[in-house]
Amino acid sequence: MVRGGRLALDRLSLDVRAGSVTGLIGPSGCGKTTLIRAVAGIQLIRSGRVTVLGEPAGSARLRGRFGYSTQSMAVYPDLTVEQNLRYFATLAGADQQSVEDALRDVELADRRSQLTGNLSGGQRARVSLAAALLGAPELLLLDEPTVGLDPVLRRQLWQLFQRLADGGVTLLVSSHVMDEAARCQRVLLLRDGRLVADETPDGLREHTGQDDLEQAFLTLAERSGQAS
Amino acid sequence: MSAVRTLATARRVLQQLSHDRRSIALLLAVPSLLLVLFKYVYAAGSQPFDRLGPQLLGIFPFIVMFLITSVTMVRERTSGTLERLLTTRLQRGELIAGYGLAFGLAATAQAVITAAVALGPLQLDAHHAAVIGVFAVLDALLGTGLGLLMSAFAVTEFQAVQFMPAVVLPQLLLCGLLNPRSAMSAPLRWTSDVLPLSYATDGISNAAGRPSLVGSVYADAAVVFGSLLLAVLLAGGTLRRRTP
Repeated sequence: MVRGGRLALDRLSLDVRAGSVTGLIGPSGCGKTTLIRAVAGIQLIRSGRVTVLGEPAGSARLRGRFGYSTQSMAVYPDLTVEQNLRYFATLAGADQQSVEDALRDVELADRRSQLTGNLSGGQRARVSLAAALLGAPELLLLDEPTVGLDPVLRRQLWQLFQRLADGGVTLLVSSHVMDEAARCQRVLLLRDGRLVADETPDGLREHTGQDDLEQAFLTLAERSGQAS
Repeated sequence: MSAVRTLATARRVLQQLSHDRRSIALLLAVPSLLLVLFKYVYAAGSQPFDRLGPQLLGIFPFIVMFLITSVTMVRERTSGTLERLLTTRLQRGELIAGYGLAFGLAATAQAVITAAVALGPLQLDAHHAAVIGVFAVLDALLGTGLGLLMSAFAVTEFQAVQFMPAVVLPQLLLCGLLNPRSAMSAPLRWTSDVLPLSYATDGISNAAGRPSLVGSVYADAAVVFGSLLLAVLLAGGTLRRRTP
């Protein structure tokens, strides 16, 4: 897969299990966004096949069945938080109640009348996340949803992801923070467009003999460096 | 096509505009102020104002809507919101219709105010004010359509603004506003024949200048309408779901 004239993802093969939180972890520029865009069906793919919820990625039947939150916080800065969410709710076929639920989930109910552009970066990221939650999607593609958030809020969001997964939602969440890997059922480690690991956090620790996931990633990176 | 999603999009665009009071003021007042200026530039006689005033009533909305639409659309593309919209149930036709509806409404408000100022205090002597109004709205929608289309070729808002002189000014020079099209050299006249603004200007001149409506006015309106449909369809084709 080529993005920006550069090979972004190379010989990648993976499955994401339904009803679980899968973490897509790796340094920035490793291909996380490209992979998520491919699943969302908005990435031009040179070769390969992506199947989402039983349909080819990008198929019209998939629209509305998944929520997608981009890294660029794709919401309108010149609308209030609530106006943003109401618009995306209408597009998702969701009602006012789901706007309220999403506002509560990301703890922005008290900011609903503020212009999104006046919020901090972390708050804007949460508006974007809330927009993805609307309409009870079966699949959530979240590109770096926890960047710039304080640790308490980050923990709350990961708890929310887990609750959603327990309710049957499939989540693919990218992050460049290694300790977030510990909160996922499965971890996909990406480095330079290649999959270095596809394991449970415990499996990762076991295979590398490292307790710390950051160290585990370093070990794997060194191994894959030697192999190539 | 879903009316709910189209209307929601139009509402969203108007809500965005409503948070920008300064733009609304500029949008509604600037054409009227320009007409006032224009009238007093020719203070000695009212002839140029009576000839060009009606044409300007159609040209202002065209320019303003072209600018607004292309800049808004480039913002939509670069901020990632377009990418997000295209993963929802929103169809491209609904998005474009929503934009057309919202900006068409803004353009109508602008045209009504400008026409009221021109025909009222400025005492513009023109026949068929309603027909001129229809052309003003058609021109605004044409500007919206071309703006949507050109936004596909602009990577930044800065580039989008540069497209205004590139796309609008040649039409302005060739549409017959400065010099009647019949008095231009053949190659220029042929060029003006394929530019939609020429028909809008012809239509307005023919309606404003004669007490009875001639059939060519309807034909001109049809050409403008056809051009704006074509621009919108082409613009729809530029909204690519998959991008590199």
